[in-house]
Amino acid sequence: MPLLDARDVHGGYGGMNILNGVDMAIEADEIGVIVGPNGAGKSTMLKAIFGLLHVSQGEILLRGEPIHNLAPNKLVQKGMGFVPQEKNVFPSLTVKENLEMGAFLKPGNVKRMLKQVYDFFPPLHDKRHQPAGELSGGQRQMVAMGRALMAEPSLLLLDEPTAGLSPLYMNEIFEQVKLVNSAGVGILMVEQNAKQALAIADRGFVLAAGQNRFTDSGAALLADPEVAKSFLGG
Amino acid sequence: MNELVFFINNVVIAGSVSGSIYAIGAVGVTLIFSIMRFAHFAHGDMMTFGAFMVLLLTTAFPGAGAAFGVPSALVLLPLAMALTALLAVGIDKAFYKPLRAHGVKPIVLVIGSLGVTLMLQGLIRLFAGTSGQSLYIDDRKEIFRLALPFEGVRAPVVVTEPQLYLFVITLVAVVGLHLFLSRSRLGKAMRAMSDNPDLAQASGINTNTIVAVTWVIAGGLAAIAGTLLSLDVTFKPDLSFFLLLPIFAAAIVGGVGHPYGAVAGGFVVGFAETLAVFNWSVLLRPFRDSLPEWLTQSGNLAFVGTEYKIVVPFFILVVILVWRPTGIFKGKVI
Amino acid sequence: MDTKRADTVAAPGRFPLRELLLFAAVLVAVLGVYAAMGPAYSTRMLVEASCYAILALGLTIQWGYAGQFNAGVMGFVALGGFCAMFFSIPVNEAFWESELPGELGLVLFYMVAAALVVFGATRLDRLGVPKKLRTLIAVVLGVVLYLVVINTFRGVADQIESRAGFIGGLGLPVGVGWIVGGALAGGVGYFIGRVCLGLRSDYLAIATLGIAEIIKAFLKNSDWLTRGTATVSPLPWPVPGPAEVGFTLARALYLSVTAVMIAVIFFLLSRAYHAPWGRMIRAIRDNEISAAAMGKDINKRRLEIFVLGCILMGIGGAALASFNSMFDPQGYLPLNHTFLVLVMVILGGPGNNLGTIFGAVAVYIIWIMSEPLALFLMELAVTFGEGAFGWDAPTNLDSRALQARVFVIGLLITLVLRYAPKGMLPEKVRHHG
Repeated sequence: MPLLDARDVHGGYGGMNILNGVDMAIEADEIGVIVGPNGAGKSTMLKAIFGLLHVSQGEILLRGEPIHNLAPNKLVQKGMGFVPQEKNVFPSLTVKENLEMGAFLKPGNVKRMLKQVYDFFPPLHDKRHQPAGELSGGQRQMVAMGRALMAEPSLLLLDEPTAGLSPLYMNEIFEQVKLVNSAGVGILMVEQNAKQALAIADRGFVLAAGQNRFTDSGAALLADPEVAKSFLGG
Repeated sequence: MNELVFFINNVVIAGSVSGSIYAIGAVGVTLIFSIMRFAHFAHGDMMTFGAFMVLLLTTAFPGAGAAFGVPSALVLLPLAMALTALLAVGIDKAFYKPLRAHGVKPIVLVIGSLGVTLMLQGLIRLFAGTSGQSLYIDDRKEIFRLALPFEGVRAPVVVTEPQLYLFVITLVAVVGLHLFLSRSRLGKAMRAMSDNPDLAQASGINTNTIVAVTWVIAGGLAAIAGTLLSLDVTFKPDLSFFLLLPIFAAAIVGGVGHPYGAVAGGFVVGFAETLAVFNWSVLLRPFRDSLPEWLTQSGNLAFVGTEYKIVVPFFILVVILVWRPTGIFKGKVI
Repeated sequence: MDTKRADTVAAPGRFPLRELLLFAAVLVAVLGVYAAMGPAYSTRMLVEASCYAILALGLTIQWGYAGQFNAGVMGFVALGGFCAMFFSIPVNEAFWESELPGELGLVLFYMVAAALVVFGATRLDRLGVPKKLRTLIAVVLGVVLYLVVINTFRGVADQIESRAGFIGGLGLPVGVGWIVGGALAGGVGYFIGRVCLGLRSDYLAIATLGIAEIIKAFLKNSDWLTRGTATVSPLPWPVPGPAEVGFTLARALYLSVTAVMIAVIFFLLSRAYHAPWGRMIRAIRDNEISAAAMGKDINKRRLEIFVLGCILMGIGGAALASFNSMFDPQGYLPLNHTFLVLVMVILGGPGNNLGTIFGAVAVYIIWIMSEPLALFLMELAVTFGEGAFGWDAPTNLDSRALQARVFVIGLLITLVLRYAPKGMLPEKVRHHG
């Protein structure tokens, strides 16, 4: 049974549909990557999965259980974590407090998970008493991912984790995504840096105009000349 | 030296008294603002309601304090706090929550809170009448006169019993709030929600719980402020409506959404008020002979008369809005 | 041109059934009051309702057109009332024949001069004075000059009070006071607006709440200017008074004046509403961000709206004070002069002028009639209480019964916001292409 299975998802804001039937499935230990042009509905799909957007048609299953249109805090309980693209930390809380908030529903986990997150992101340990608002963009992204990991999710949704980061940080974030995945967390991420992202992807989903255009393994998509021509900039 | 005593009585003590009241009120206002993003105009009447609950309870059990050696009103205060907190949560459920669910602009919530103000005012006056009543029913208000050990000082420093309780309780409340916000899981979640409500929800924080906790704290603090104010003077149904402007000024001076700033803002506004109505010519009296005549001939060197006291918080408000709208401690939302 | 034509054609497209029904209901209510309370009482009620309609129009353009919430209508009403009093009542010879006017003029001159000196001090940095030093100089100078001037002023004010009572009026036609009242209210509105616009609307609500209390405190305590709590009466009317033509006719004449004022204001507002200015205002209200992106100066438009609303409140307040023929600063209450107007606007339909006028008349009738009704209900309860359980009713029952109205107004506000947020006659938000 796939970890996440979205079938024919329709949805949008205020009567305007942005998603017009998207299918998406990943297994428990996979990295899924959503790419596509601006306005294709990539982030919208992520929000639909995390209950931030009304799904008007179709269904989304987490380990076979329907979860579409559940409130986000219910989804967190069911083992889903979400890292928004912007405003993804609590700026006036310290790094440690940010991470603690991630484990709000599982207060018993805090000690163990803090250690694990600091192992994933060593720089956070040194800055743990600093307000997250004072960190650099890359470190902030680490806090955001760390916060989401604190609830021990089985599926982590990342919305453009490398947006606005320098290439150096970008590679670091991709490495960390692989690391987190190898610890057994399924990952579904939206990325602008399509080539790099597909390179680490088990599954790739190329969206356009709110529909799947190509769906295949990351390597196969990279190798497909048509995908390369239309979506990867040649 | 008598002039110094006069200064202590009229500025230091009076300023600390009103500063404490404003601080406790402003903390509530600022917490509500940081969680629900609107200026809560019914806060003054929530304070009155708390004091009114104490009045009712004290009338019912006038001897409650005798066993502890403190005024009955203070012994019954925790109960009144609980009742006021309950009222606050109830008001939110009945009036503010439906508006929030409709996704209205914050200013509509402001108008809604004005409606709540009127309802509370009407109810309190309906049951309590419009005249003043003392919260000291079976107890006696102790007044402490501390003579200063200097030669030639005739006037004593005067502190009343409720004022001492006020200082102690303010300190306890502020420290307690600090510990709650910085140590407890719910307190941190409250700060998180104030920082970023969407992310708080995405982290699994139940925002309804946080809203309820905010009302409980704000209601409890409002009951403290209203009761201690009424103990210091008397209980009057319209007492705290006039506190609304200084409390808002205090919250804005401290930086909206910033609880410690609100405490500081409360004392800034409180002292500004007492300094502005203080007659400075008293302090010039010892130097009468060495000062120019035009400065000393007038008996009144106060900035504003007590009848214009309300101008002071307004002036502070205007200055801060023009000069630094985020407040001295940089609040977050404007 | 095209948009304008579409706009004006679209407006009368629907038969105004709702409007007709609501106004018919008001008419029936008015006739009922006439039948029950007699013409003199009922005409007085209508005049007051029409004055309130002017206030409500002022608030409806602030809140309905621009989303600015003014929590201090009372202050602007009081300013208007003060001007109506000051300009129309007879000249006080005792004051003008003494040397006091000269002294008062001198103090006012000192005030201006001191303000200029302090203002000059804030510009000292242009002469090379360091900024910190400049601020220090300006603040110290401001404090010292303020103390000196305010003390001289207090002396003169005391003199006026003890020797002449108060400075009296100017004996000018009533209309002058009304116009100046509007201008003064607009001026104060400009000051508040400059400080608060561009910030969240909560701040405007707080600031207007404050300025209203300050205006009231000033008028109440400035005995030299307003006789304070001693009140000033009678104020002259713009039409023949009751002494000349009898109560009903005099009040009917007054009503015709206020009715004409409402008609003129209504006409001008709907002209402005369909003019480019009104379209811009609506564009800002309906979508602030895109209006800003199109290069509209939002804050300037907002300031215009706010000042316009305050002017109407000043004029309405002036008409109200003249009609009552008494200026009593203590009679200005947030409940009667802020919240009542608020209920009229949100119940009638914020931003809809016709709805606002309906709301003003309907709510005022209810308000006036609720006083005897509340007393009646209270008495009924007491009689029942005494009969059934020998309840000993409190003595100050009358004043308590009136407090019930405070509760009802509050309840009305919250209920309307929840169940009919657009009022009885909703303002239609049209989408402009």
